[in-house]
Amino acid sequence: MNIIILGAGQVGSTVAESLVGEANDITVVDLDSAKLKLLQDRLDLRTLVGSASHPSILEQAGIADADMLLAVTQSDEVNMVACKLAASLYNTPTKIARIRSADFLAHPEIFTAENFCVDFSICPEQILTDYIGKLIDFPEALQVLEFAGGRVSMVAVRAFEGGALVGQPLSFLNTHMPNIEVRVAAIFRQDRSIMPHGDTVVVAGDEMFFVAATENIRTILKELRRMDRPAKRVMIMGGGNIGRRLALALEQQYQVKLVEYNKKTCERLAAELTHTLVLNGDCTDEKLLQSEHVGDVDVFCALTNDDENNIMSSLLAKSGGARKVIALINRSAYVDLLQGGKIDIALSPAHVTIGTLLAHVRRGDVAAVHSLRRGTAEALELVAHGDRQSSKVVGRRIDEIDLPQDAIIAAIVRNGEVIMGHHERMIESEDHVILFVLNKQIIRKVEKLFQIGIGFF
Amino acid sequence: MSRSLTVIHVLGLMLIIFSFSYILPLITSIIYQDGELENFSWAMLATFLSGTLMWAATRRFKGELSIRDGYLLVVMMWTAIPAFATLPLMLTLPELSFTDAYFETMSGLTTSGGTVLIGLDNLQQSLNLWRHLLEWIGGMGIIVLVVAIMPLLGIGGRQLFKAETPGPMKDATLTPRITETARNLWLVYLGITVLCLIALKIAGMTWFDAVCHAFSVMGLGGFSTHDASIAYFNSPVIELVMIVFMLIAVVNFATHFLALREKNFRPYFRDIEGRTSILMLLGSCAAIALFLWWQETYNNFWTALRFATFNLVSVATSSGFASTDYAQWPIFAPLLMLFLACIVSSSGSTGGGIKMIRTMVLFKQSGREFTKILHPAAIAPMKLGNAVIPNNIVFSVLAYIFLYFMTIVVLTFAMLISGLDFLTAFSAVVASVNNVGPGLGQVGPASNYSGLTDFQTWLCTFGMLVGRLEIVTLLIIFTPKFWRR
Repeated sequence: MNIIILGAGQVGSTVAESLVGEANDITVVDLDSAKLKLLQDRLDLRTLVGSASHPSILEQAGIADADMLLAVTQSDEVNMVACKLAASLYNTPTKIARIRSADFLAHPEIFTAENFCVDFSICPEQILTDYIGKLIDFPEALQVLEFAGGRVSMVAVRAFEGGALVGQPLSFLNTHMPNIEVRVAAIFRQDRSIMPHGDTVVVAGDEMFFVAATENIRTILKELRRMDRPAKRVMIMGGGNIGRRLALALEQQYQVKLVEYNKKTCERLAAELTHTLVLNGDCTDEKLLQSEHVGDVDVFCALTNDDENNIMSSLLAKSGGARKVIALINRSAYVDLLQGGKIDIALSPAHVTIGTLLAHVRRGDVAAVHSLRRGTAEALELVAHGDRQSSKVVGRRIDEIDLPQDAIIAAIVRNGEVIMGHHERMIESEDHVILFVLNKQIIRKVEKLFQIGIGFF
Repeated sequence: MSRSLTVIHVLGLMLIIFSFSYILPLITSIIYQDGELENFSWAMLATFLSGTLMWAATRRFKGELSIRDGYLLVVMMWTAIPAFATLPLMLTLPELSFTDAYFETMSGLTTSGGTVLIGLDNLQQSLNLWRHLLEWIGGMGIIVLVVAIMPLLGIGGRQLFKAETPGPMKDATLTPRITETARNLWLVYLGITVLCLIALKIAGMTWFDAVCHAFSVMGLGGFSTHDASIAYFNSPVIELVMIVFMLIAVVNFATHFLALREKNFRPYFRDIEGRTSILMLLGSCAAIALFLWWQETYNNFWTALRFATFNLVSVATSSGFASTDYAQWPIFAPLLMLFLACIVSSSGSTGGGIKMIRTMVLFKQSGREFTKILHPAAIAPMKLGNAVIPNNIVFSVLAYIFLYFMTIVVLTFAMLISGLDFLTAFSAVVASVNNVGPGLGQVGPASNYSGLTDFQTWLCTFGMLVGRLEIVTLLIIFTPKFWRR
């Protein structure tokens, strides 16, 4: 696919990186030539220096032949104008804009084809905030992902010594909870994937991915681990875009404390937030953490834009007694280094947010993409179309489908009903199929399966 | 000196405008043939000529008013107009001293409602109407009225407006032009008054009583045309109508205006101050009713509720009507009512006291102090609803509260020195400064202020003025700094 990315900031460059890896032709436009140089040194793409909202620059970037425009600059206005230009001057098929301001998002009619022509708007900060919010709702989970408009959830949990499942085969799940349909889609043992079968025995330290209807998730987690008391106290480090949104989302339900270094920002935050206690201070100041009782904190989120600060303050909090610590870490090298160590969850913003974009780039009817285990695996929600003739999946039993190894059909959502992906199930047209792909190399193959053949027309 | 002359120039103009308010009692006098036509004509002529004289004599000094002039003008006007308003009273009732007459008109204009007159039922209709009209004009404010009908004050108008309007935050204007704001406020005020008048008539008052009581209810004044106040009617329907309109008048009129402009009730939900006032009032009514029932003051809960609600709303909103002698209740109840009168009115309403918004600011400030002690690093701005109150307003509220309490303390001591008992002294001062009207003891709802000595009457008059002008506006002209250039 021919894709133009406007803006080479954090979002732009991580998107570029993922998309280049999937064999797309990428052109990145930004005002800052230094940033572009850095990108070009690393990745196989074209760059162009200039203002993203000027027609001449878009023309030079090759918008006339582009299949997709991704406007992800810092400015909502520039992104919207770029989409409008692409639509009115060049008729670009897909236009995606990053819109951060809630004011714009409150009026979806301004994005229609008559107005700003934004086909999809994304807000990475909001995606990340929702993601962290779910981790706080389920304090035992390492990852919580939603499919089919929130009907199905996939939860990653680490099996701990003394937990209900350790030492038991997976079939134990069905005997233990006969009323609840749940499926283990994958198990990672010492960073290597194991195909789960009924007789697979769970070992302490295993990372397990459960799939179940969303309303059952809480019951399942309760059964599997001695359910810790639900989270109540949340401490957030950094009052930037993410910290602010998270505090806003959480403050009604949780006791939230937010620490921010900049006093002016603190005052602005304190004016906006109602129940959050806003503290002015350094997030690596152990005295401050102690005097604010970091030991009683259920979830500690380090969300400043400085990786090192986030790591250090998370470590301080963990050693101070915080129950669960989440650190936002941009550098992927750090993420690999820290995950599963003292820091419970090392979040890479790029991996969390990329899925939303990928869903639009992929072939076939992809409803959702979630990046798993730092981009090595992926969970996909694909919509099956056609009939037995035109499609390779519709009208077949799951065990009849020519799925590559390392790909598992975890669940099917049909007309709002959740069906677990057992062997004998049939797939029908318009089913949402939730797949678990353990190896990125085979994603293309899986997508091809779900594309309808020529015979359909 | 020329500065004072500029102020006198404008003051003259205001007297000219004020003289037209005699028209209403003149008409009343013609309708009822109560023989006051002549006295009112003289009073009107005297006010008009004095105003014209002041205006003409200082014409050379016509100029733009500065902030200081504004304060001076407001104070001079609020002392001069009650003086001129005494004319009809003095002419008709020769035995009435100037002290008492001035107290009566001041009580009217500051919407207090304490009276020194006895035999109100037999007072000439036009005089009674005059008293109530003063309360109605004083409720929204003389300056606001002048600004509304004459845009001639120019930029100074906004300053004057601020000096007269109660409440700590006066910069929020409803319309781009101050004249427009003032006019709208008066129109809303007039509109609701007409509604109140009709409701009172339907509830069973005579037209004359309905007009008078509509004036005093909307101004949260408290004058009545009967010595027995509202007990004269002994009608739960009339009491209910009055309660409803007192509750309307205790809310900021800007909120009423916004609700009318937006044509929905959302502004009332946004007005956190008004909401708190109303909730606090209704909660206290229920509590007092239960208390009176429990104390067996009334042996029926519904009777207790009826009397508690009317008298509490009346006193707490700083009106001062009475439907029974609540001074006979266990002392807790009337004292709580007086306490509520100190705090419950909204800024921008026609009520008195320190205003709900200041109470809320102080309450939140105490909470902030606790937060600061527990979390030294915390940044906790003062917030009311979603709005942040800047620190300088918090400080000015603190200073205001100090002045407020000092005023009450000093005046109470002065009253005690003059020989009154404590309850009478204290309640008279609280009732005056909060513009309630009746106090307790000798000045309770069953009697009135006629028993006080001249000195005590003057203290109360001063208390009412200082309370109506929210202390700072009045006291500022007594500071040396004010007169220094």
